Amino acid sequence: MVTIEIDGQKLEAESGAMLIEVADKAGIHIPRFCYHDKLSIAANCRMCLVDVEKAPKPLPACATPVMDGMTIHTKSAKALAAQRGTMEFLLINHPLDCPICDQGGECELQDTAMGYGSSTSDYADVKRVVKDKNLGALINTDMTRCIHCTRCVRFGQEIAGIMELGTTGRGEHMEIGTYIEESVDSELSGNVIDLCPVGALTSKPFRYTSRPWELTSSETIAPHDCLGSNIVIHSRFHEIKRALPRDNEDINECWISDRDRFSYEGLNNDRLLQPMIKERGEWKEVDWETALTKVAQDLNKIKDEHGANNIGALLSPSSTLEESFLLQKLMRGLGSSNVDHRLRQQDFSADDIAPVYPNLGLRISDLENLNAALLIGSNIRKEQPIAGHRLRKASLSGANISFVNGIDYEFSFDVAETIVVAPSRYTSQLAGIAKALIDSGASAPDGIANLVASVSVNDAHRAIAQQLSGGDNSAVILGTQALHHLDYAAINALATAIAKMTNSSVGSLTDGANSSGAWLAGAVPHRVVDGAAASRSGLDAQKMLANHLKAYVLLGIEPEFDVANAAQAINGLSTADLTVMLTPYVTDAMRAYADVLLPVGPFSETSGTFVNVEGCWQSFTGTIPSPGEARPAWKVLRVLGNLCEVDGFDYTSSEEVRDEVARMSSDDADLAGGWRCPTELKANANEVRDSIQAVSDVPLYAVDATVRRASALQNTVDAKTTQSVGMNTQCAEKHGLSNAEQVRLSVSGTEISLPLQINDRVPDDCVYVPAAVPATVMFDFSQQAVQIQR
Amino acid sequence: MPEKSKQPSLFSASVKAEIDKWIKRYPADQKRSAVIPALHVVQRSNGGWLTTESMDAVADYLEMPRIAVYEVGTFYSMFVHEPTGRHKINVCTNVSCMLCGSDEIVSHLQKRLGIKLGETTPDNKFTLREVECLAACGGAPMMQVNRDYHEDLTPEKIDEILDGFE
Repeated sequence: MVTIEIDGQKLEAESGAMLIEVADKAGIHIPRFCYHDKLSIAANCRMCLVDVEKAPKPLPACATPVMDGMTIHTKSAKALAAQRGTMEFLLINHPLDCPICDQGGECELQDTAMGYGSSTSDYADVKRVVKDKNLGALINTDMTRCIHCTRCVRFGQEIAGIMELGTTGRGEHMEIGTYIEESVDSELSGNVIDLCPVGALTSKPFRYTSRPWELTSSETIAPHDCLGSNIVIHSRFHEIKRALPRDNEDINECWISDRDRFSYEGLNNDRLLQPMIKERGEWKEVDWETALTKVAQDLNKIKDEHGANNIGALLSPSSTLEESFLLQKLMRGLGSSNVDHRLRQQDFSADDIAPVYPNLGLRISDLENLNAALLIGSNIRKEQPIAGHRLRKASLSGANISFVNGIDYEFSFDVAETIVVAPSRYTSQLAGIAKALIDSGASAPDGIANLVASVSVNDAHRAIAQQLSGGDNSAVILGTQALHHLDYAAINALATAIAKMTNSSVGSLTDGANSSGAWLAGAVPHRVVDGAAASRSGLDAQKMLANHLKAYVLLGIEPEFDVANAAQAINGLSTADLTVMLTPYVTDAMRAYADVLLPVGPFSETSGTFVNVEGCWQSFTGTIPSPGEARPAWKVLRVLGNLCEVDGFDYTSSEEVRDEVARMSSDDADLAGGWRCPTELKANANEVRDSIQAVSDVPLYAVDATVRRASALQNTVDAKTTQSVGMNTQCAEKHGLSNAEQVRLSVSGTEISLPLQINDRVPDDCVYVPAAVPATVMFDFSQQAVQIQR
Repeated sequence: MPEKSKQPSLFSASVKAEIDKWIKRYPADQKRSAVIPALHVVQRSNGGWLTTESMDAVADYLEMPRIAVYEVGTFYSMFVHEPTGRHKINVCTNVSCMLCGSDEIVSHLQKRLGIKLGETTPDNKFTLREVECLAACGGAPMMQVNRDYHEDLTPEKIDEILDGFE
């Protein structure tokens, strides 16, 4: 520790800290443009020049380490003159277009010029003009305004992990850009809009739609992944204009993913504005009372005639804790335990030993402290971009991050080992790692040694085994593709065994924003609140749809996109006596199979709580009122509960619902769950030898109904490259498809036709089929083997 | 999910060998240190200028982001991004050379070659370029023809130098 004095204030500081950090901590403001506490120090803008005693010239506070006894003046005549001079230089080439600039009103250059500049300039020559760049669908450029702070360049190199922007040219010809016409494609790219201190990089969708001072801001939680990034939503006249990050060092730091930033565009499309009922095939707009009375009557009638077991409820894993709780309470009040949010899960055989709620097994912020990790079936970079960023930090500080995946995904960090195999070979790979551990002397949980005895071990298995057991801070993490796997129970058991043998944590990265909350709230067929066993277990999501129930209640989902086998789901929903949809959106497809459509608000129009994957409860309030007759889903469910004459639906606020769940939840919930050795390693690789296996994932801009409607996100490279099926060169050759532009895929009787893209990231004998995109809606993702032909 | 593409290398065996020689001078995990000499090698083998594709090839070979190679390639005036004549004349007009009469040097060069700064003679023999300081202020005014420096220039001396080129 050293003692320094800034503006007469004595301060203790860590030796080696930069002056600006110490001043920031003490609340002493020093102007800056290039300095950012999450980025490396560039010291190229010179705005933070301060007067240091005994130094002949002003020094940049961002790049001057503190030394004991240093005396600094940030507002002396010398400091102010230096700052004024820098400001004048920075403004030489900056256009005076503030009146038409989107940054106006929240511009660091504008504010700093007001505070530290002078009112006139000596510069009388021509200003330079820089051609704008087209960086894609999300970021708009006005490069003449750029002051070359290089924050955006450093962000790409250091945070996003792909350097897409750079500084080309020299001196007066220096420009920030991509040099060649190319979009910026990082899944975190939108953060450069916040980082840019001027109006050079602004949001394309937000452009020219509002002034910052006209906006009302409300704090909320991002609804598209299991992390629950903290965001603030800006709205005007009850319309959402943009979403920005809110600092939370434990979760998202100061960043958010592009998905969380630009998804708001989808909130206004295809909205259902009025309750509707279908009578003799004709849709009719009705008032709430009519609609809900009909639903209650029909539900009670079906219950009386066919039994409550003939009613089922499916909800989105991004429904709030309150919605999840009320829906399961309604179902159980009616006498049915058929309620599930696990729309894509296939294998439910480990339900009885599942933890109280699925969880990461460690804090999100601890991802960056790992020194070894094994991820199974995960494209963490695209699926949970903020978690991917944390893992990247671990990798940069030397961690060994390895993957067992069905696709050779591209990561933004160095990967230690990647095992890319067809889905049917996941278990044999994990068994190989377990065997490698046993071979090196680890004591395996009961039964594992026998199970893996005949498995062959290769170098990659040994390397991963060694990394995990070598690190004192290691983790095994299941991604969504493992959770959706036909053999999930065995994968989970083997992953847990590997974790036990290596003293690693084990956890998963779940679907949606609130899978953990849905489990906690009892929105699963076999458990009620806080993991207590249900008195009577119900049907899981797949069985509900396969069993052709008499009535379905759907909350916040689009079945054709959100379930594993859409054709089967639509068949089930169409033939049911009653299909009730609580949905913000309406489509022609829904009008075909639904009987009652109830307009509810998305996350932005309701209060609620998301429980993230580390078990953190984050409550939020509604940002804007719902359009038309749409209402928060918790209110709709409350009224429905009362109309169905189910007890305990007298809530007056969503907070009451949340507090009730909280009261029933214990602090020491079992987050590990039980363990059971798989009985066999299904060698189904043999079964599908002659056909091809489908390997699928849910592309990042297809995860939920809101994102799928966000137009700018749908115009990104990430969205556009996931509209075709992929096959590697050899595999395409083997099946005579090398030059096929379009292929037909058939599985369980349905056939779809899609463009084929040769893609060497797909393993042999596999075809990549993206889920939840329009082209693959009718594809059955619950099967592994598919037929493919020209 | 962007597809993974395999790009055949643009380099000839001799270019590769020459770049490898440079790479060997740096620690194995700091291949990118060889970017400037690699660009020189590639530029020479490509008739004196760099295409975007050739910079991409350097980036891929040195395992660095393509934009990072563009940054280097556009910063230094020794790298040229459009076709040039057989001989490149880089004439310095920076402070020292200007004070010692580079204006006269430039106008003589332009008159003798019949082209302006930045242009190439119709026979494709010479390209005349204006560059920033080449660190030979002691011999100002100066110019660089291909890889050789010529200092203390006078119009007569320039004629003599240029006469020596085929």
